[in-house]
Amino acid sequence: MSEPEAVGAAVGADSDVPTTSDAIDAPLLEVDGLRKEFGGVTAVDGASFRVAPGSFTGLIGPNGAGKSTTFNCITGIHEPTGGTVRFDGQDVTGLAPFTLAQQGLVRTFQIARELSEMTVLENVMLAPPGQTGESALRAVLPGLRKQVREAERDIVEDAWETLEFFQIDHLAHENAGSLSGGQRKLLEMARVLSTDPEMVLLDEPLAGVNPTLEEKLLDRIDELRRDGLTFLLVEHDMDIIMRHCEHIIVMHQGQVLAEGDAETIQSDERVLEAYLGGDV
Amino acid sequence: MSTAHDVWDRLETLPDYGLVALFILAIWLLLSLFAALVGGPQAPNLAAGFVSSVTVLIGAFALLTLALNLQWGYTGLFNIGVAGFMAVGAYTTAILTAPTNPAAGAVPGLGLPLGIGLLGGMVMAAIVGALAALPALRLRADYLAIVTVALSEIIRLFVNWNGVAQLAVAGVEFGTGGATGISFTSPSGIVAGVVNGPFSPLVAAAESLGVSGPNVVNFVYGLTLLALVVASYWVLSRLVNSPFGRVLKAIREDEQVTQSLGKDTRLFKIKAFMIGCALMGLAGALFRGSAGYISPAQFRPGITFYVFAALIIGGSGSNTGSILGAATFSALLFYLPARLGEFFPNIGGQAPGNVVDAVAALGALDVSPLVAYTIANISTLRFVLIGVVLIYIIQRRPLGLLGHRNEPAASVDLRRPAAADGGEPRDARRASSARGSDGGGDDE
Repeated sequence: MSEPEAVGAAVGADSDVPTTSDAIDAPLLEVDGLRKEFGGVTAVDGASFRVAPGSFTGLIGPNGAGKSTTFNCITGIHEPTGGTVRFDGQDVTGLAPFTLAQQGLVRTFQIARELSEMTVLENVMLAPPGQTGESALRAVLPGLRKQVREAERDIVEDAWETLEFFQIDHLAHENAGSLSGGQRKLLEMARVLSTDPEMVLLDEPLAGVNPTLEEKLLDRIDELRRDGLTFLLVEHDMDIIMRHCEHIIVMHQGQVLAEGDAETIQSDERVLEAYLGGDV
Repeated sequence: MSTAHDVWDRLETLPDYGLVALFILAIWLLLSLFAALVGGPQAPNLAAGFVSSVTVLIGAFALLTLALNLQWGYTGLFNIGVAGFMAVGAYTTAILTAPTNPAAGAVPGLGLPLGIGLLGGMVMAAIVGALAALPALRLRADYLAIVTVALSEIIRLFVNWNGVAQLAVAGVEFGTGGATGISFTSPSGIVAGVVNGPFSPLVAAAESLGVSGPNVVNFVYGLTLLALVVASYWVLSRLVNSPFGRVLKAIREDEQVTQSLGKDTRLFKIKAFMIGCALMGLAGALFRGSAGYISPAQFRPGITFYVFAALIIGGSGSNTGSILGAATFSALLFYLPARLGEFFPNIGGQAPGNVVDAVAALGALDVSPLVAYTIANISTLRFVLIGVVLIYIIQRRPLGLLGHRNEPAASVDLRRPAAADGGEPRDARRASSARGSDGGGDDE
């Protein structure tokens, strides 16, 4: 277990962006000069930041700041127009989502996307990587199917444990589509963690989640982080970001506006301006 | 209503094979009763004819519906070119097995045994499926639909083309026969050889009951198709009740999410598509080519929509439902109405010449002209019936007969393992779930 420390550094496109700490030596995720244009609109305009391994980093910014597009570019949903994304020391710019997931970089979606006609248990059992039975031949041929069943027993057991961890095990045999909004968020988290990730990008995991469940989810994230997982979180609830993230990145108009711990961010004039409407 | 529900509930507790067997037996019984009603002294032979024809139809449609269920029901691949893949399978089989020295005017082939021909047909259908799928699978579902329906027409028009009716490549002569079609080793002829050979006492016994030899052969051919259905069902059930099937279902639900969980969805889609197309190719050869002759007209797009109707009725996403849907569609909606029209041409008196006359009589509260008209034109009007049934199913039972059943895609019992049930310290559970599964790829 690595001791999480508030390390992380701005390598801003603007040279006058103050860095709160020196560039960390071995960032798990390193985004450099990321650009994404949709037709004539520049959604991300040279964003650069680093995420330290084992950290809980928050990514905030007003609506339209480019947070979700940045997420999409990092996780391969969109191909960036320019810039690089490095994960675990390797250039992963523009790789397909499944390749990134196989390397340990996974994400959740802003609106929970459960596989609604599959049971909760099936949703979670889908996720473990490299399952023996994902080969069609192994699944069918009499001799080889034995191996599939053996591997499946472990997967079932792990899936039940994951569901218990997220306290949705009582819903295991329900169709995922019948879950409430909050339960879907829990399921999405359970599913993404079953891929055995190194780093999880959470796109507003707490939107529409009631305060009790919210605490539960944050507790889970804290526990998992102590086990060595890295989290990058997009969230609109300032309170949560300020209380839980040791490093915060503020985006504005497609660029990184400021970086630092909660105190630095809260006292940053430009951040206040960006949020309160600027130009005053 | 409640009695009907009771019966249905009780049927649902049957094991799948029991349900299907019962269903098919009921259809046989219904047709035999119908034959007894209209046949008079010819009843046994008539019943045998009905039962054997319907068995062939059920077998063929069940194969096609199972194949489409893998593609559409499981993976969400909207293939509306079923007829085209049937044609590829049937024509490949025909070209491989047609005699090298055919009768005058017929097209020569490669003269290979039927088994090799059928295998070749399946492989070729799978290859054509892969070629069609490669570009289209990268796109959204509707584009695959456009590509497949266009491809099926291109295939039909291609084999119809005079330019490929007879070719000579490196001294080997073969061809599709163009619009006149092609004759090849008859699958039902082989069955006939077996039935009339070693099993000739059986035929003699049947004939003593008034059942003609060809009807016995046809019935055995139908049973052969049903045996193939059982084999396909076995393979497909294993295929989908596994991690492979889980990924297919996930692709149907949300492909982007599936990708985000580390699955290379393109590979899974192509595999599922190819397996489905191979089965369609086999069904094409054995169903359309059962008598050892095929022509382009047998592969019009209509058949694709019959298969979709069967799958929607049975319940998309359920293999057992696919077979039930195929049986319901082919026996009750497709075959039986046509026989009704054939044997009751004059119910309700002389049929009026057109639908206006038939409906106009309703003004005088006389329904018999409409009934007579309906019966007289039933082989056309059964398509209206199919449409009505489809609308009813989609409105009242949108998941089909069995689509509502939860058939989780897994190869093992999904109940909570006893060991993980309580008692265990929280920390141990947390640690192991955080690590995720390591039981998956241990031997790859």
